[in-house]
Amino acid sequence: MIDYTELSTREAYGKIITEMGAVDTRIVVLDADLSRSVMTKYFAQAHPGRFFQCGLAEQNMISIAAGLASCGKIPLASTFAVFASCRCFDQVRMCVAQPKANVKIVSTHGGITVGEDGSSHQAIEDLALYCSLPNFNVIAPSDSIETVEAIKAAIATDGPFYVRLGRSKTPVIYANGCKFKLGQADMLLDGRDASIIATGIMVSKSIEAANLLKLDGVHCRVLNMSTLKPVDRLSIIAAAADTGAIVTAEEHLLHGGLGSIVAQVLSANIPVPLVSIGIDDTYCQSGKPDELLEMNGLTAPAIAAAVRDVVTKKNKRYT
Amino acid sequence: MTDYNITDLENTARKLRRHVINMISTAGSGHPGGSLSAADIVTALYFKIMRHDPGQPQWPERDRFVLSKGHAAPILYAALAECGYFPVDLLTTLRKTGACLQGHTDSRLTPGVDVSAGSLGQGLSVGIGMALAARLDKKDYRTYILLGDGECDEGQVWEAAMFAPNYKLDNITAIVDYNSLQLDGFTKDIMNLEPFMDKWRSFKWEVMEIDGHAMQQIIDAIRQAKTVKGRPTVIVAHTIKGKGVSFMENNVDWHGKAPNKSETEIALKELS
Repeated sequence: MIDYTELSTREAYGKIITEMGAVDTRIVVLDADLSRSVMTKYFAQAHPGRFFQCGLAEQNMISIAAGLASCGKIPLASTFAVFASCRCFDQVRMCVAQPKANVKIVSTHGGITVGEDGSSHQAIEDLALYCSLPNFNVIAPSDSIETVEAIKAAIATDGPFYVRLGRSKTPVIYANGCKFKLGQADMLLDGRDASIIATGIMVSKSIEAANLLKLDGVHCRVLNMSTLKPVDRLSIIAAAADTGAIVTAEEHLLHGGLGSIVAQVLSANIPVPLVSIGIDDTYCQSGKPDELLEMNGLTAPAIAAAVRDVVTKKNKRYT
Repeated sequence: MTDYNITDLENTARKLRRHVINMISTAGSGHPGGSLSAADIVTALYFKIMRHDPGQPQWPERDRFVLSKGHAAPILYAALAECGYFPVDLLTTLRKTGACLQGHTDSRLTPGVDVSAGSLGQGLSVGIGMALAARLDKKDYRTYILLGDGECDEGQVWEAAMFAPNYKLDNITAIVDYNSLQLDGFTKDIMNLEPFMDKWRSFKWEVMEIDGHAMQQIIDAIRQAKTVKGRPTVIVAHTIKGKGVSFMENNVDWHGKAPNKSETEIALKELS
């Protein structure tokens, strides 16, 4: 048995598809000269006949995946998130999204925590791009355990998927198991004062923020919104109804990602004060992941400050 | 299926060309030039070469056809209708709201259409995916991909051209409808592809060169391509854009324009 709690999300991905590939021969894997980084190397070693090295040609890779899917295969195509989104967007749109092809695009190195490689390698637009595509399911798992469940769900569910993973190890949230359900948020903590809705690596930071706030008597609900599309509207509406104030947190641009999605649901159904944490219309730079997160306000203290801010707004509203 | 001789095929190609004119004329828009240049190739594939069954469009053993130059959809629709995938009467619903015959091919809507296309340069890659699946499943179906020459400006075509010989794929045949024109003018002026054959050869493809309107040559080349082992084959088919309609032939203006009523009458007469 593999202990997934010890692994980064990308390691967990590489291991689970290798396991699943041994049982389900419909699974094929495509790679664009990054198998040692996106961890599809394990699959390549175990199932060489079903591993297709495409070289540095992401557009070709995506369209080949679509051709394989049209003949009953379940292709997983992997590269860095920045290339998986921006480099081959037309191929994804035309060959995968429009025909609803059963292709799973699993990216790694999402967000700015790629770190030292700098802005060329930091995917901050990928969630917005993939969420914009009809027929796509979009997931950003919060830890390695949830990654395993998300990958299983993506393989088990017919249709296009984008799964965004990270580079670094992430704190384990689901040490005791994860009941991942596509399109369903998971309530990790409950409180009456505000709700923090987070995705990806920001989920563990949101739990941290909620724990900080508890010391001051501010009690938060924390929702892990790992599925961004189809988004769990009911949980967002319930959070607004129950707590009256929302903070969103994502390692992504503010526009087009979780913050935008939540704002849309709130404004159409139950407008309550909302403060969004994310990258504010700018490219980042080289540096240590934690320093870059700090620089962009993607930290537990920053989330806690946003909660205090949104609670003040809520209270003003009712006085 | 009926065994067509060369004359039957030539007559069928003419019939498909008439459909193309009628469809685009009724729709009021569309791409006649590239549909007419591909008519003989598409006829040869659907009425002589390919293993397929109009009664079961999803038959797993069928040969695959990828119309990479998706704007030539009318010629494919005409062939599919005449084969019996759907009623011929449907052809004049082309491009109309609610129709199953979209302006560019849509695999979700049209029986017999395996690939959505319209954004150029992607079909060869999709066809490679189908061919890889055949290899994995040990199936002997063949995948045919029809590309335009202008389309070969797209970089992805050459990504795919590099991939197929690398994997020694010998169960695909690419056919380039080399009609020498693209939307803005002659390919030699817009973006010169030459030396075109040398490009494919240097990518390690088996290369054949034919007259894309000579039915016997088309059939002979496609059959010969099936016998090539260990690498893919590309057939460069020299064609005339707008072939069969005098005022459309080799005229860039007919890339994406519908004939009016009198032009339609003349065109149909010439194709009768």
